[in-house]
Amino acid sequence: MGSLKEYIIMRALLVIPTVFILLTLVFFILRILPGDPIVAMLGQKVPPEVLEKLRAELGLNKPIWEQYIDYLSHVIRGDLGRSMIWGRRPVIEEIMDRFPATLELTIFSFAISVFLGITTGSIAAFRRGSKIDTGMRLYSIIAYTLFIPWFGMLLQMLFGVYLDLLPIGGRIDPGLEPPHITGLYVLDSILTMHWRSLESALAHLILPSLTLGIVLSGAYTRLVRNNLIEVLNQDFIRAYRARGVRNRKIAFHAMKNAFIPIITLMGLQFAILLAGAVLTETTFSWPGIGTFLLERIQYRDYTSVQGVIVFYALFVAMISLIVDVIYALLDPRVRY
Amino acid sequence: MLLEIEDLKVYYRSKKGTVKAVDGVSLRIDRGEMVGIVGESGCGKSTLAYSIIRLVQGEVRGKILFDGVNLLELSEEKMRRIRGKEIGMVFQDPMTSLDPLEKIGDQIVETITEHENVDEETAMRRVRELLLKVGLPEDRVESYPHQLSGGQRQRVMIALAIALNPKLLIADEPTTALDVIVQERIMDILEGIKREGKSVILITHDLALASERCDRIAVMYAGWLVEMGKTSEIVKDPLHPYTKGLMDSIPDLWMKKEVKPMPGNPPDLTDPPKGCRFHPRCPLADDVCRREEPPTVNLGDRIVRCWRWANASEG
Repeated sequence: MGSLKEYIIMRALLVIPTVFILLTLVFFILRILPGDPIVAMLGQKVPPEVLEKLRAELGLNKPIWEQYIDYLSHVIRGDLGRSMIWGRRPVIEEIMDRFPATLELTIFSFAISVFLGITTGSIAAFRRGSKIDTGMRLYSIIAYTLFIPWFGMLLQMLFGVYLDLLPIGGRIDPGLEPPHITGLYVLDSILTMHWRSLESALAHLILPSLTLGIVLSGAYTRLVRNNLIEVLNQDFIRAYRARGVRNRKIAFHAMKNAFIPIITLMGLQFAILLAGAVLTETTFSWPGIGTFLLERIQYRDYTSVQGVIVFYALFVAMISLIVDVIYALLDPRVRY
Repeated sequence: MLLEIEDLKVYYRSKKGTVKAVDGVSLRIDRGEMVGIVGESGCGKSTLAYSIIRLVQGEVRGKILFDGVNLLELSEEKMRRIRGKEIGMVFQDPMTSLDPLEKIGDQIVETITEHENVDEETAMRRVRELLLKVGLPEDRVESYPHQLSGGQRQRVMIALAIALNPKLLIADEPTTALDVIVQERIMDILEGIKREGKSVILITHDLALASERCDRIAVMYAGWLVEMGKTSEIVKDPLHPYTKGLMDSIPDLWMKKEVKPMPGNPPDLTDPPKGCRFHPRCPLADDVCRREEPPTVNLGDRIVRCWRWANASEG
């Protein structure tokens, strides 16, 4: 497995140019947008000399290329800088405060989307050509095209307002936050045995993770169905049947073969999952990185936005690397 | 008598109409013999083979008596217990017929444990014996299919097919995807299995191969069995014009024989020619061949379906 180590190092090195390009794009796009953090925060009526002074403090009076070099040299040293508004906290602290919320939502949505996608896709493939198959394919197309805020609000109306069963926003009822261990409320309340916190955290998770999970499951349904049908048509499946292997076991082998390419999709979907999380968080007032990002874009908080982008890029790269390693371990044909 | 097929018909429905892939075939196979089923692609020989283990999509009618039991009347579960256990099958393409994610040993073990109540250890011991029997080193149990060559994979396929000691082995073009030297080795293994008293059906388009290895040969054309008999007699004196055509199209390295490729192609089985199905390509066809289907004529231990012999046996 020494070559696997080499592969991981290669992949890790490739992340550097990716992040660099992304960061450069974001840096300049943000500065092309009209307005700047000072105006956004203090409004239009600030006296010009105060404006100049505050700009000089943030280094915004320097030529743009100088700001760029300055910022890059900090990022290389692992320093994402400080936020440009409201207390100027270090960006990394702002991110870490909100990351557990996003991670919790992402994990639950991911689990829901994979579960729904695999179930519906497998049913469709095994019942290929039937009405059930048509129904599952319809589900996949509808789920895939749903607009997250619209669908989220629909669920809020239905379960939150009309049926009054579930909370429509936030992470947990006030005062029930479990002691901080990992920042994931569900995990922390289990670890510290705060059962009321657990109940509240789960109730708050249902609607947002269902929204995001259902929307993302559409792609899986299609892929699982198509892959499984392709595998079921292969010679070795017929050979299993010709040897009198039970249908149940053949289905197991078929699914194992069909899921390997889907694991790759899971890695790719992760970036979409994070993007979807931004919309879901906003819809459900979920205090995660997505809400933070949207807020800081409005305030032109350059360093925070850039920081979140770098963080997301590294996170996605890490996940896709993990997925690749899992893929290599599962498929005997792949050796790096 | 191990296998007796009576008036077997296999019809598929396709967009162009009903495909009569096998249309009224009767044949018998004894214990301990190797029978070659020969014909061009699309003549129904593979369909015939798959219909024996009931793995065809289409509608199957007639009788398939295996050891006295009509396979077409069995429940799906009873049929499953016959597949692999009583009838083994070797496929044309060894590259795609093995599960790429399972080790060779595990695939054979699974086949054994699906039919017999043995623990994994006993099964694994049998797997090692099987591998030796088909000429593979026993440490191959740990290999994945992609680590083996085509010939080695076909040996694994044979090991899988004979793992449960079936009475009948059906080999569908087992050597077509392999090079000539490997072909000979694979055929040697199949012949060895025959010598143990098993029956082997060899499906092939290669009449030369069948005449070298088989005890009897059945020639199929457009869903019909047109001729069947002992290999030596068929080679010496082919009765059906199609068999003669096939013989003439085999090149021979040592004899200065003129190779005459057969003109034309097999017919579209959704709309086969009226009368004898071979008449459009037959050099001897006359009016009756174009008008009416020839009967199957029994000439001692030979069968031929041709008007020339129908008329000769009457007059």
